[in-house]
Amino acid sequence: MRNEIALKVNGTHIVVPPGATVAVAVALAGQVCRKSASGAPRGPLCGMGICFECRVAINGQPHCRSCQAFCEEGMDVRTNG
Amino acid sequence: MASSTPDGFDVLVVGAGPAGMAAAVRAAECGICVGIVDDNAAVGGQIWRKSAEEDVTEDAKSWADCLKARQVTVLGGMHVFDQPEPGILLAESSDNRSVLHYEKLVLATGARERFLPFPGWTLPNVIGAGGLQAMVKCRLPIRGKRVVVAGTGPLLLAVAAYLKAHGAEILKICEQASWLTLLRFATSLLTQPAKIWQGIQLSQQLGGIPFLTSSWVAAAHGDKMLEAVTITSGSETETIDCDYLACGFHLVPNIELPILLGCEISDGFVQVNDLQETNVSGVFCAGEPTGIGGVELALVEGQIAGLAAASRIAEARHLFGKREGFRRFARSLQRAFRLRPELRMLAGPETIVCRCEDVMYAQLCPYTSWRSAKLQTRCGMGPCQGRVCGAATEFLFNWSLDSARPPVFPARVESLVAVRDIKQQDPQKIS
Repeated sequence: MRNEIALKVNGTHIVVPPGATVAVAVALAGQVCRKSASGAPRGPLCGMGICFECRVAINGQPHCRSCQAFCEEGMDVRTNG
Repeated sequence: MASSTPDGFDVLVVGAGPAGMAAAVRAAECGICVGIVDDNAAVGGQIWRKSAEEDVTEDAKSWADCLKARQVTVLGGMHVFDQPEPGILLAESSDNRSVLHYEKLVLATGARERFLPFPGWTLPNVIGAGGLQAMVKCRLPIRGKRVVVAGTGPLLLAVAAYLKAHGAEILKICEQASWLTLLRFATSLLTQPAKIWQGIQLSQQLGGIPFLTSSWVAAAHGDKMLEAVTITSGSETETIDCDYLACGFHLVPNIELPILLGCEISDGFVQVNDLQETNVSGVFCAGEPTGIGGVELALVEGQIAGLAAASRIAEARHLFGKREGFRRFARSLQRAFRLRPELRMLAGPETIVCRCEDVMYAQLCPYTSWRSAKLQTRCGMGPCQGRVCGAATEFLFNWSLDSARPPVFPARVESLVAVRDIKQQDPQKIS
C-alpha cells in the first residue's frame, strides 16, 4: 500500500498520508477552506459533513465538503480562502 | 429469501451508525433484502468512525462483520435528499444518484454537535469537539498542539482523552455544567457498571488535565486564525493561548429527514411507539433522533426497529427491558447537561449566528420566529440549511425548526431534475 498521496492545493504540491481528508490537506497546506459571505476566513467546524464550512472545489467540482472527501493521487483542490 | 428487485429493498435503513447497523443486521437475519445508506463513505457513523491508523472497537467490528455476513447492501457516500412519494427515497453521491425503493424504512440519522455563537467562534481552528476528533482520525497532525476543550456533555472527556493519547497538549477542559449536577449524574450511573468502568478509564486517561466545572468559553481571539481563548466562570476570566478550541454543547438529533417524511416530533425528538415505529406506518426510527442516549441505547433501539421492520415482533419485545435501562441513562444525560442561561448572553450584537449567510446576532433580535428571521435576514438559508444556526437559535431565542422542505440536503440540479422526472412518470401517485 502507498504510504503517501501527492495532490495539489491551490496549485501547490502537498503530500499527505493515506486516509487523510481534503480538509486535512488544506490545513497542512496552510490554507483556509473558504471566505465567508462577508470575506472572513473559515475552516471546518463540524468535521462531519453538516456545516458546509469546509467546502472547496475538487477537480473542478465546486462545493465539495472537504471533511468527507478523502485525498486521492493527483487531486486538484482549490479553496476560495 | 430476497423478495425485492435489486433497486428495491424490503427494509431500507438511513444512517450507518450503531443504530442503523444494528437495525440492518437484525432485519437481514430473516433473509429479506436490506440496504443501508449513509452520507459517509464507511459504516460506523460518527462514534465508530474508522481512524486511518487504528482498528475500530470490537463492537464496531463485529457489527460491520455481521453486515457483510448478512449481505446487507451498503450504499456509502450517499446522502438522501428527498422522498418524492412514500416508498421512494432519492440519494446523491459526489458523482451519481440513486432512486431507492423500500417497503419498510428505518431512520437512524444520528445526531450532530450543538454549537453556540460567541465572539470569535467563526475563526478557523475553532472546531467542534467531535469535529476535531474526526479530523485527527483523518490524519490531522495534533501532536504537540495546544488544545482547549470546552462546552458540555460526556463527549468532551472522550475527545480530550483521544487527543491527549495522540500527543495533543490539553490545556483545560471547561464543562459548563456545575460540579453538583455532574455529581448527581455520576450517582445516577451507579446502576450501570459499564458506564462506571468507562468513567474510571476516562479519569485515568485524563489525569493531570485541569477540569473546570461551571466554566465556559467567553470568546475566541485571533486575526486570521485562532490564537487564544477567554474562559470564564461568570465571575473570573482567563485568556489562554492555544492552537485549537474543541467546543461543542452536547448533541442535537438529525431530524430533518424524519420531519420531511411526516414523522411526529415532540420536544425536538422523533416520537415512536414500543416497536420504534413512528406515526408514519412502516417508518421506524432508532438511536439519537428519538432521544440522545449514546451507543448502547442506539444499538438496542436499532435492533428493535430492525426486528419490527422485519415483522419479528416477539423477538423485538425481548429487548424492551434492556432498552428501558438505557433510557434511564438518556434521561439523566439530558438533566445533567442542560445549558445554563448565561450561555445565551455570550453572543455580542456583531457576533455571527448564521455562518453560511453571515447573519449577526443583532439582526436576529427583532424577530419572533425562525420563519420570520429566515425570510427577513436569510438566517438558515445557506447550504447547511440551518443545521448549525437552527440549533443555536432554538436555545438563544426559543425558536423551533418545525418544518423541512425538499431537498432536505443540498443537491445538484441534475438530481433535482431527476425528481421531476420521477414525478412525471406516475403523476397519479403524487398528491
